[in-house]
Amino acid sequence: MYLTALLLSRLQFAFTVSFHIIFPSFTIGLGAWLVVLEAAHLMSGRAVYRRLFDFWLKIFGITFGLGVVSGVVMAFEFGTNWSRLSEATGPIQGPLLVYESFTAFALEASFFGVLIFGRNRVPPLVYLFSTLMVALGTTFSAFWIMVNNSWMQAPVGYVLRDGLYVPTDWSAIIFSPVVWVRFPHMLIGAYLTGAFCVAATGAWYALRATFVDEARIMLRMGLVLASLLMPIQLLYGHLNGEYVHELQPAKFAAIEARWHDEQPAGEVVLAVPDDAAETNRYEMKIPWLGSLVAVGNFSSKEIGIADFPVAKRPPVLIPFFAFRIMVGCGLIMLALAWAGSFRLIKGTLEQRRLLLWGIFLSFPLPFAAILTGWFTAEVGRQPWAVYGLLKTADAVSPELTVGATVASLIFFVSIYLLIFSFGTLYIYRLLKTGPAPRSGELVTNPRRPLAIAEGTPASAASSGVGL
Amino acid sequence: MLFWVAALAVSTLLYVVLDGFDLGVGILFAIAGDETDRRRMLSAISPVWDGNETWLVVSGTVLFGAFPRVYATLLSAFYLPIVLMLGALILRGVAFEFRHNTIRFRWIWNCSFVAGSLVATFVQGMMIGALVRGLPMTAGRYSGGMFGWLGGFACLCGVGLCFGYALLGAAWLVGKSQGMLRKRIYDLLPPLTFGVGCFLVVAFVYALTLDLRIMGRWLERPYLLLFPLIGAVAAYYLIKGIADRSDFQPFRMVAFIFLAAFATLAISFWPYMIPFSITVEQALAPESSLHFMFWGAGLLVLPLTLGYTAVVYWMFRGKIAEETEPAPAHVTFDYSSTYPEND
Ligand code: HDD
Ligand code: HEM
Ligand code: HEM
Repeated sequence: MYLTALLLSRLQFAFTVSFHIIFPSFTIGLGAWLVVLEAAHLMSGRAVYRRLFDFWLKIFGITFGLGVVSGVVMAFEFGTNWSRLSEATGPIQGPLLVYESFTAFALEASFFGVLIFGRNRVPPLVYLFSTLMVALGTTFSAFWIMVNNSWMQAPVGYVLRDGLYVPTDWSAIIFSPVVWVRFPHMLIGAYLTGAFCVAATGAWYALRATFVDEARIMLRMGLVLASLLMPIQLLYGHLNGEYVHELQPAKFAAIEARWHDEQPAGEVVLAVPDDAAETNRYEMKIPWLGSLVAVGNFSSKEIGIADFPVAKRPPVLIPFFAFRIMVGCGLIMLALAWAGSFRLIKGTLEQRRLLLWGIFLSFPLPFAAILTGWFTAEVGRQPWAVYGLLKTADAVSPELTVGATVASLIFFVSIYLLIFSFGTLYIYRLLKTGPAPRSGELVTNPRRPLAIAEGTPASAASSGVGL
Repeated sequence: MLFWVAALAVSTLLYVVLDGFDLGVGILFAIAGDETDRRRMLSAISPVWDGNETWLVVSGTVLFGAFPRVYATLLSAFYLPIVLMLGALILRGVAFEFRHNTIRFRWIWNCSFVAGSLVATFVQGMMIGALVRGLPMTAGRYSGGMFGWLGGFACLCGVGLCFGYALLGAAWLVGKSQGMLRKRIYDLLPPLTFGVGCFLVVAFVYALTLDLRIMGRWLERPYLLLFPLIGAVAAYYLIKGIADRSDFQPFRMVAFIFLAAFATLAISFWPYMIPFSITVEQALAPESSLHFMFWGAGLLVLPLTLGYTAVVYWMFRGKIAEETEPAPAHVTFDYSSTYPEND
């Protein structure tokens, strides 16, 4: 494949948006958790909640910052790289982004300042309110962007006039059933990300036998939330599959790696799809299961990719594997969350070192599931930018040259690699240092004998000055 | 229609003035004496910079929502400058959080903060300059290739805006600081004011020699002269404010100068959005889009946003605290310490 401005723009968009989504997935969940912590502190007055809040706020600050700077790029990339798309669908996508920036970005960005700097300036309830506003802002943001993307996946409520997609029915766009299965799937995915990161940190401290109180709370809150949300997430995953089956048959066939019509259809569990030969290698297939998964009986006829002209087929390899990785991550997360909660209830979690190691190492799973979920949805939508209406190839800015897009891609990749490596390093060091006791608190908190060794500013200094 | 023109104007102006001062502080960061100075300069903008930058996103999305054609045309025409500006904004944005987490490599983030602020400002000025100069357009489409925006006038405007934002930043800082820092910034104000004045004169003369079509507007619309006049009055009070060491005067006056410059430009563009090619009317989104935005985002959310933005500014009013200790040795930094309780 030779380089074109189109291919490079696609790579650049995929790279920048994949980078961006890592941070929202984490901040949406963490933001909501901070609200809970602050409220718990206000109600119970227990110092440990405040320590946890202050600790996670620092990490929130870094990830939120990375989310903001990478998000600003996204808001402009529609115009720079996809000017044809923005011109044609601007009447629909534009207002949705306007709502996002008015109701979400402005809200979270303004109150973020209060969250970080305002502790001493405002009464506790106003501070709690600000925390809530930040969390609400991130949720609104997720909502509007999912409406936007869902319109691209399943366009409704428009007429085509002089090459413009003119909205005719906004409630059809916003209350489209597709939005209401995809938004919860994304939102719960973000909450799961927060839950697993918190539980993993708790498991890490438990393994090192430090910050005992904090570790216990983090494990409890993280694991219980995850074990409740996981089944709901799988249900919404299933509902997502239903909409794809109904509205985007080519994507569904690609996810299933089904090349030809089958009745009853089998389910390919694993294989290596081969686009050129239109067949699967090393196929592992269960008969009838495909029909069962798709419509719930053992006899339905399911469509294969070969039914679609080559110019209207998505690539098969990426959606196929991405989908399986997402589901795989989901199943492992379910197992870990339930096993962890079970031990927690029996009160034996802290002795199960193997399980603790599993929970500790699980934090990349939700990120992987979210990224591969998006790969499934977006690559499976190809060759369309707006499904069935506007091809990706016709969406790109016509004046872009290969030179300019190569330059911008290299530029973004280098900057993102730089800030990503330092960002992760700083987060790692904060996590390693752990929650610091508030000044003067050591005496009042004799239940934490390890605090002096691990958490004082002095030891933070010696362990943190490194880079 | 007028509502969205106004909304775009307000959000862009807010962006220019608000992010203008924090970009300006970023530029002045280069000449900070020591870590204490730097900490104070940062404290003067940290609680609000993120909200300020959001006005860029708001302007961008209003452009997208209400004037999709202009959004599509401008952003793809300015491809390379915009990519550069975004990169610069990233590098300066992460510096706020990253600086606190390191000592040995703090210089990297100091540099990225200054360089990012400088480059982002320069590019913004350059893009305005290119618009004033006139983008190559054929039949309503941009036709200048990847470098159609480049030119002497555009670069001059880039440099000019760097002075402008630095002045705005300095004016903000005198209102926020005390002691030595305040004194040093006061010393900077006169040369910066002089620099901005020089730029305006040079740009004006340059524009005359280029015989820009936009200059013709001045003859057609003599009332345009009102705005430079407002600017001149503001400049007078700016100089007076500096001389009187009246801490809050300079910022207000520089903001007025920016307002005057902005209005001059906007009115000489009117009714075009991209001069002499795409008018406001032609760029406007369909009625159903505007309607949808007007009732929710426009009437309800925009005033709310302006309201809480004002409240947040009010929360962080007043001078930043003089620190007693020097830069702390430990890395974990208690953010809220720079903003002690209100009086
Ligand atoms: C499901 C969630 C989600 C998804 C799919 C996206 N974003 Fe995002 N975005 C957020 C959730 C989010 C957030 C949680 O609201 C962020 C992350 C950190 C933050 O400050 O807000 C954010 C920040 C953020 C910002 C910065 C706002 C500010 O200045 O404060 C912009 C401009 C965008 N995003 C734009 C986009 C675009 C154009 C996307 C589509 C391609 C996109 N985001 C995908
Ligand atoms: C935030 C998480 C997202 C991820 C990880 C993601 C991932 C991707 C990937 C991998 C591609 C490349 C597909 C290909 O070219 O084969 C792509 C393309 C694209 N996506 Fe997304 N996407 C995300 C969100 C969105 C959202 C929210 C929107 C719209 C509002 C969107 C709109 C697009 C557009 C316009 C393209 C380029 C044209 C195209 O290739 O279809 N994406 N995305
Ligand atoms: C059995 C488990 C799951 C099933 C059956 C499932 C199903 C699906 C399907 C069919 C899609 C594609 C939707 C489209 O094309 O628009 C999707 C997308 C996605 N999935 Fe899953 N999923 C599962 C688990 C998970 C888990 C555990 C997470 C995250 C923690 C997750 C996160 C996502 C995300 C972020 C997307 C992209 C956004 C979207 O299109 O809604 N999924 N999922």
